[in-house]
Amino acid sequence: MLRKGFILAAFGLAFVAGPALASAGPEAPKDVHWSFEGPFGKFDQAQVQRGYKVYREVCSACHAMDLMSFRNLGQKGGPFYVEGVSANDNPTVKAIAKDYQVNDIDSETGDVVQRQATSADKFPSPFANEAAARASNGGALPPDLSVMIKARAQGPQYVYSILTGYGTPPAGLEVPPNQFYNPYMPGDVSAFYKGKGHVPKGGFIAMTPPLEADKVSFDDGTKSTVDQQAKDVVAFLAWASEPKQTERKQFGVAAMIYLLVFAGLLFVSYRRIWRNVAH
Amino acid sequence: MSGHSNYEPKTGFERWLDTRLPIVRLAYDSVIDFPTPKNLNYWWTFGGILAVCLGIQIVTGIVLAMHYVPHVDYAFNSVERIMRDVNYGWLVRYMHSNGASMFFIAVYIHMFRGLYYGSYKAPREVLWILGCVIYLLMMATAFMGYVLPWGQMSFHGAVVITNLFGALPIVGESITTWLWGGFAVDNPTLNRFFSLHFLLPFMIAGVVILHIWALHVPGNGNPTGVNVKSKEDTVPFHPYYTVKDGFAISVFLLMFAAFVFFIPNALGDAVNYVPANPLVTPAHIVPEWYFLPFYAILRAVPDKLAGVLMMFGAIAMLFVLPWLDTSKVRSMRYRPTAKLYFGLFVLACLVLGFCGGRLPDDPVIPGLSTFQLLDADLNSMVWLSRVATAYYFSYFLVVLPILGLTETPLPQPESISAPVLPANAPAGAAASPEKRG
Repeated sequence: MLRKGFILAAFGLAFVAGPALASAGPEAPKDVHWSFEGPFGKFDQAQVQRGYKVYREVCSACHAMDLMSFRNLGQKGGPFYVEGVSANDNPTVKAIAKDYQVNDIDSETGDVVQRQATSADKFPSPFANEAAARASNGGALPPDLSVMIKARAQGPQYVYSILTGYGTPPAGLEVPPNQFYNPYMPGDVSAFYKGKGHVPKGGFIAMTPPLEADKVSFDDGTKSTVDQQAKDVVAFLAWASEPKQTERKQFGVAAMIYLLVFAGLLFVSYRRIWRNVAH
Repeated sequence: MSGHSNYEPKTGFERWLDTRLPIVRLAYDSVIDFPTPKNLNYWWTFGGILAVCLGIQIVTGIVLAMHYVPHVDYAFNSVERIMRDVNYGWLVRYMHSNGASMFFIAVYIHMFRGLYYGSYKAPREVLWILGCVIYLLMMATAFMGYVLPWGQMSFHGAVVITNLFGALPIVGESITTWLWGGFAVDNPTLNRFFSLHFLLPFMIAGVVILHIWALHVPGNGNPTGVNVKSKEDTVPFHPYYTVKDGFAISVFLLMFAAFVFFIPNALGDAVNYVPANPLVTPAHIVPEWYFLPFYAILRAVPDKLAGVLMMFGAIAMLFVLPWLDTSKVRSMRYRPTAKLYFGLFVLACLVLGFCGGRLPDDPVIPGLSTFQLLDADLNSMVWLSRVATAYYFSYFLVVLPILGLTETPLPQPESISAPVLPANAPAGAAASPEKRG
């Protein structure tokens, strides 16, 4: 680790030597506000539904969500939750699951067979294994999205910024093949920059710009802009990362009120009990 | 546990039990009738808060252990499964993960309280050392617990910390192999860390009992540092301190709950939600916030072995502290110069914590590069940590030994009930007590 410290120290020297070459790090994520922010924030169910559609029609071509099952979509707080209907029997969830074929073992012969998915099945992975995923994506591995929003600092803003941050690379930046320039991506592009002045912020990302206007048609008539798609899919991913988030916050408000009252009562008792003690 | 017992068994069963196992008497003498100085302020409530923290960690931890799978292939997902599919699993897991931070907040306040009010001085040296043992056990437990979710920071943190033992001459490599149960951090490491993470809290509970026992022999210190002289100086623990501690505990739990329910991941690193991958090293390997000061000391020293020794030395200072401080005055309330140095010590600890979370070469003042001093720019975190480290050790090795011999302390009060009087005040003024909770 100390050796790493010395390497970093050497980098530090390099910075002093040529500050113009220094990588500036990624751009700070865009400042977006979400319905699920703050202690009273909740998911907008319609938005999470739209977000699921974006994930299903766009992201799921490459990105798995190993921790998600179809039933999760119909559980309390989920995009297709209907009060009084169990997650497994939810008709929307059943209909979604039916569209997928999953592997199973024939109990008679032991052969691998395909069958229709049920609410209890996990979201199928787009690739059989990591090697297959890399082979189809120019060597890059599309990360699993199950907890993506928790796994990045400022998760919702970061993912939204990446999705909407693609643009024409600045003049003088040679973008390597199968890569795209994104100012919100962490990385260092100084080795590829031949232009003048400061090295552009950001890094290269292997993901092709995934969203286009009208790529996904929203069933509720919402206009399908890139910005809208990005916001909606982030809401869906935020829900998937913390499906119990709303329940947690509501529980928290009750717990805080309880503790406040309890603390207040104890304080009054304390004053009463200590009333006659000079201290 | 010491002194005269005022317990009188009220029922026939209590009398019968008292002559066979006087456990009710023990409880009565320890937490009901125990004479406690009446001038304890809110800094003294953290002992009770810490007991609650330990209780929460053990209870939530046992429930988590029912669902957690200590295997490199399943650990990460099993933790997520707890939060998704176990009833109130999110509550149990977030209480446990935030509980560790709350535990350390409380223990650091408790320790600074002890440092300021001289709680380590005779006759409480053993009490203090037992506290240091608890702190060491807490650090080991917290470190191993952080490895269990098997995220990127869990794995690479475990690699960095276990490798520290490799710096020891001759035995270093054997020790790391023995700790790992192999030649790298892998499944055997995760398994033994889980086992030890389960064991150590019960050892902590055991040492806590000794800590309370050692407390009950001389009794509580107090903000004046003056010994209890008469019955007028004390109140029975119950109801006076049960209610006061209870109030402080509920306020502490309010803060605890704010983290658990509204910002449960604020104190952790987002990278730990990426499953461990030995082939990808995170850009920044940083420990949890409560280890940052020690991490800064480690990195301040440009030699691995010396850094490791300094880091452990920083904790060793605490163990020998009772014999380093030469002052006869217990409380710094009457040591104005010491108070100043103590303030700087707290600042040094905070600065070390700040530096520990940054890269060694990050500038302290952004955008300013001064000149190269030995191995780094003067305006860098590594130099700031060196200054703070030097002060940390000087506080124990220079300031406290010398200051006790050279300073002129303020006059101390005659007793807890009679705070010190201005020289010309009439004798009756002693009746107006200090307004202190």
